[in-house]
Amino acid sequence: MTARLSSSGTPRTPGPAELCSQVLDLVGDRAEAQVTASRSRPALTRFANSFIHQNVGEAGVSVNLKLARPAGGAGGSHVAAASTTRADADGLAALVEGALAAAALRPVDPDWPGLAPPAPVPDVDHYDAATEEASPDERAHRVRAFVDAGPGLRAAGYCDTDGGTTAFANSAGQQAERRSTRATIDGIHQTDDSAGSGHATGARLADLDAGGVGAAAADRALRSSAAADIEPGEYEVVLEPECVATILIFLAFYGFNAKQVIEGQSGIRLGEAQFDPAVSIWDDATDPAALGLPFDADGTPKRHVDLVREGVSAALAHDRRTARKMGTESTGHAMAESDGYGPIPSNLFLGPADASFGAGTSDLIASTGRGLLVTTFNYCRILDPKTQVVTGLTRNGTFLIEDGKVRGGVKNLRFTQSFIDALAPGNVLGISREARFADSEFGSGLVHCPAVRLGSWRFTGGAKG
Amino acid sequence: MFDPAVAAVEGALAAGAEYADARVVVSRSQRLEALNETIESLDQAESAGVGVRALIGSSWGFFATADPGEARRAGEAAAATARASTSVPGPPLSLADVPVREDSYETPHQEDPFAVSLAEKADLLLGVTKTMKAVDGVALARAFLTAWDTRKWFVSSQGHRINQHLVECGGGMDATAVGEAETQRRSYPQSFGQYESGGYEVIRRFDLPGNAERVATEAVALLSAPECPQATTDLVLESSQLALQIHESVGHAIELDRILGWEAAFAGTSFLELPRLGRLTYGSPLMNITADATLPGALGTFGYDDEGTPAQRVDIVKEGRWVGVLSGRDSAAIAGLPPGGMVRGDGYNRLPMVRMTNVGLVPGDSSLDEIIAATDEGILMATNRSWSIDDKRLNFQFGCEIAWEISGGRLGRMLKNPTYTGITPQFWATLDMLSGGSEWIQWGVPNCGKGQPMQTAHTGHPAAPARFRGVRVGVRG
Repeated sequence: MTARLSSSGTPRTPGPAELCSQVLDLVGDRAEAQVTASRSRPALTRFANSFIHQNVGEAGVSVNLKLARPAGGAGGSHVAAASTTRADADGLAALVEGALAAAALRPVDPDWPGLAPPAPVPDVDHYDAATEEASPDERAHRVRAFVDAGPGLRAAGYCDTDGGTTAFANSAGQQAERRSTRATIDGIHQTDDSAGSGHATGARLADLDAGGVGAAAADRALRSSAAADIEPGEYEVVLEPECVATILIFLAFYGFNAKQVIEGQSGIRLGEAQFDPAVSIWDDATDPAALGLPFDADGTPKRHVDLVREGVSAALAHDRRTARKMGTESTGHAMAESDGYGPIPSNLFLGPADASFGAGTSDLIASTGRGLLVTTFNYCRILDPKTQVVTGLTRNGTFLIEDGKVRGGVKNLRFTQSFIDALAPGNVLGISREARFADSEFGSGLVHCPAVRLGSWRFTGGAKG
Repeated sequence: MFDPAVAAVEGALAAGAEYADARVVVSRSQRLEALNETIESLDQAESAGVGVRALIGSSWGFFATADPGEARRAGEAAAATARASTSVPGPPLSLADVPVREDSYETPHQEDPFAVSLAEKADLLLGVTKTMKAVDGVALARAFLTAWDTRKWFVSSQGHRINQHLVECGGGMDATAVGEAETQRRSYPQSFGQYESGGYEVIRRFDLPGNAERVATEAVALLSAPECPQATTDLVLESSQLALQIHESVGHAIELDRILGWEAAFAGTSFLELPRLGRLTYGSPLMNITADATLPGALGTFGYDDEGTPAQRVDIVKEGRWVGVLSGRDSAAIAGLPPGGMVRGDGYNRLPMVRMTNVGLVPGDSSLDEIIAATDEGILMATNRSWSIDDKRLNFQFGCEIAWEISGGRLGRMLKNPTYTGITPQFWATLDMLSGGSEWIQWGVPNCGKGQPMQTAHTGHPAAPARFRGVRVGVRG
C-alpha cells in the first residue's frame, strides 16, 4: 500500500525520547528492538559569485528502528531495519509493522550480536542553543563578512548550522538522550586564474570568524594566481589540515574499520609500527573540543580510543556486530548503516606523540628545502583498500616551497599515493602545533587535526595530463 | 495530496514571495544485501513531507517539513529565508517560461518491486553468493537489490498541478578475492549494480545466477594476472566504464549551474564557457551526446522535472561539437537558453537543482568484435573500480576491475589494476570507433552526489563499447 502523509495525529511534536518510547511500546514483546529518534533544525546558506544563491532550512525528524526476532533452534535472529520521517501515530505504526513483517520474512542472521546493555553515557554536551536557533539573517551576516574579506574577488561557499536532540532506547533498558550543534563557514575566493579556500567549524556559530576565514581564502587565491606548471613526480609536501583530514578519514573508513579487517580488505595490522613514531591518532567524542553525540547507533557509549599510539596501530573501531565476530567489545562506532559499511570513527584527532615535536605551520614551511604546500585535496578515490592507494587532486591553493619560503602558486596536480605509506616511519618530518576542525572528503566536523610535513608524496599528473 | 503543497505556496506568497512552488514527496526504498550466503542487511526507508521554494527579487529561500500540518508555516519560513538572502543579493533574475500544466505521469512497469516477496529476493541473493563463494579463492561474495517508489505532487504559484509516480529498481553482485597485499574484485552487471526505471522485471532480466561463477573466477584469476603496463596505447572501453566516463567528463561538465559558477566551492565549475557554446570541439565527429529524459526504461527518465518543466531530449554534443547544456528555469534564463527541464531534488527536503537526466552517446555502427579486430596494439578495460576528476572536469583518472591485452586484432592476457588518465577534450578527440546495436546499453547511476546539503540523484548513461587512440594507461602509486 502506498504510504500517505497523515493530516491527523496529536500531539504533533513529541520529543525524541518520547518517540523512542512510543516505538518500543508498539513493538512490545514481539521482538528485541532499538530505536534512535532525532529532531533537528539543519539550515544552510550557500553563496556563489559573491551572492547568496541557495538558502535552505528544515524542521527535521527521523526515527530509525532495528528489531530482531529470535529464530530459535540453531540460534540467530530475524533482523530488519527501517526508518521514517513520519512521526505521527500512523507513521510510527507503519514503521513498526513494516519492520516486523520484513523480519519475519528475512532469513536468520547468525551474527546478530544482541542489544546493547544498559550503560552510562558520558555527560558531554557539544551544544549551543543559539546555534540551533540561528536565523537565516545570522548566517547571511557571516556570508557577508566572508565575501567582504575579498574585495574584487569572486566568493563561493556556505555557512550552515545544524542542531537538535537525539534519543536512543532499546528493549534491553539502555536509554540516552543528548543535544548537539555544529556550525561551519567554508568557502573560496577566486581570481580569474586561481582560487583559495578557508574553513572553520565548531559547536557555536558565534565562535566562527567568517571574516578571518574569508581573508585567509582571499590571501591564498591572490598568492596562487599566475600559477606555474610543474612536472609531476615525488615531492616533499606540507599538507594543510584539510589534506590531513582526508587522509585520516580514509584510514578510518578503509583501515581501522573492523569490518574491513574481518573481510581481509584492510591494510591495518594491529601491534605493528606502521606509522611514524611521531604520529598518534585517536577517536574521542568525549573530548571537549569534539562535536556530535556520546553514543552510537547501537546505544553504546563512546569513549577515547587510541587507533595509533606513537606510530603503532593500536586498536580498531567496532560496533557490536564486529566486536562479536572478533571476540571483543564495541568501541561505540556503530552507524545507522554500519551493517553494510562497518563501524567508522567520526571524532578523529591527530597529534604529535611528543609535544616537543610540534611546530607551527610556518615552521614546517621554513624547514622545507624544496617541496609543495597543499591547501586541500579534491575528489579522492581509493584504488585498493588493502594498500590504501588513493588518487585525487590538489585544489584551492598549491604552492612551491624553495629554501623554506613559499615562492608562488603551481597548477593543480594529480596524485596516486598510499595513505598508509604517507604516514609511514621516517616520512613524517613535522607536525604543526596548531590544530583545528578541517573539512574532509567525507564532510566537516569529523576530524580535528594539524598540518604535517611529509618527506615524499607521489604526484602522477599535472595540468597537461 | 496537493493540499499541503497548495498551503505551502499560499504561505510563501502571503509572506511576500513573488513566486513559489512546492512538492509533496512520499518516497519508499527497500535494500537487501547478502554477503557470503547470509543476508547482511535489510533496510526499508520511508520519507514524507513538503518542501517549498520562494523567490523574492533575485533571491531564493527553501524550507521543508515532514509535518503536512505545518506546510503553510514552511512556506512562510521559505519566504523569510529568501528575504534573508536579499541581504547578499545577486543580479536580477526572471524565470524562463515553461508551459503551465495539470498532468500526471507514471513510470511504465510490469511488476511492483515492493510486491515481490522478500523471500524470493533473498533466495536470489543467497543463491548467487553461494555460487560465487564456491569458487576457490573468493573471500567475499556480495549481492544486493534496491527498489524505490516515489510519489510527487507539484504545485506552483503559476498554476502547475502535476503528480508523478516513479518506480525504479536494480541491483547486482560482486566477488572479491583477497591476496597477500591486494584485493581484486569483479562485479556484474556493473560496479555497484545496474539500475533502471521499471518494476521487478528489471531484476529478472539481469540473469545474476548465469554470471555468478564467471565473475568469481575472474576475481580469483586477477590475483595472479600481470599488472597493466605503463604505456600510451589504444584503449577500448567496455560500455559501463564508458558510461561513467560520460557521467564524469561530459554530464557534470555540461551542468549550467556549474558553468555559471554556482557550484564553484564544492562540486566545482566547468572547463566549458558559454561564449563557446556551438563552437567548441568536445570530441571527434563520432561523438554525439544527448540528454534525454524521455528514454523508456532509463534511470534518468520522468514526466516532468521538479520545476514542472516537461521531460525532453536535448542535443549536447553533435558530431563532436558542444551544442547544449543541462539547465533549469533560472539558469536557462540567465544564459539566454531554453529551459531544459533538468532540475530535480532528492526527496521532499532537498532544494531542486540542475541534475543529469539520461546523458549518453548516440549509438555507432561498429561492434566490440570489430573494434578488437581493428586494433593492432591496445588494452580493453571493463567495469569501473575507481574514479576521480578535477573541479573543472578536465583531468581524470579511472581505474577498472579488469583488462585484457589486445595484440594483432585479438584479445590476449588478462591484466590487473588497469588505470587510464587524460584530459577531457583531448581524450574525446581520439574516439575513432563506436559500437551500437544490442551493445548500446542504458546504464544507470543511482548515487550521483551534488549540492550542499548533499543530495543524490538517479541518472542514466546510454553507452556502447568504443575505442580511443593513444591514451596513457597503467598509472599507479
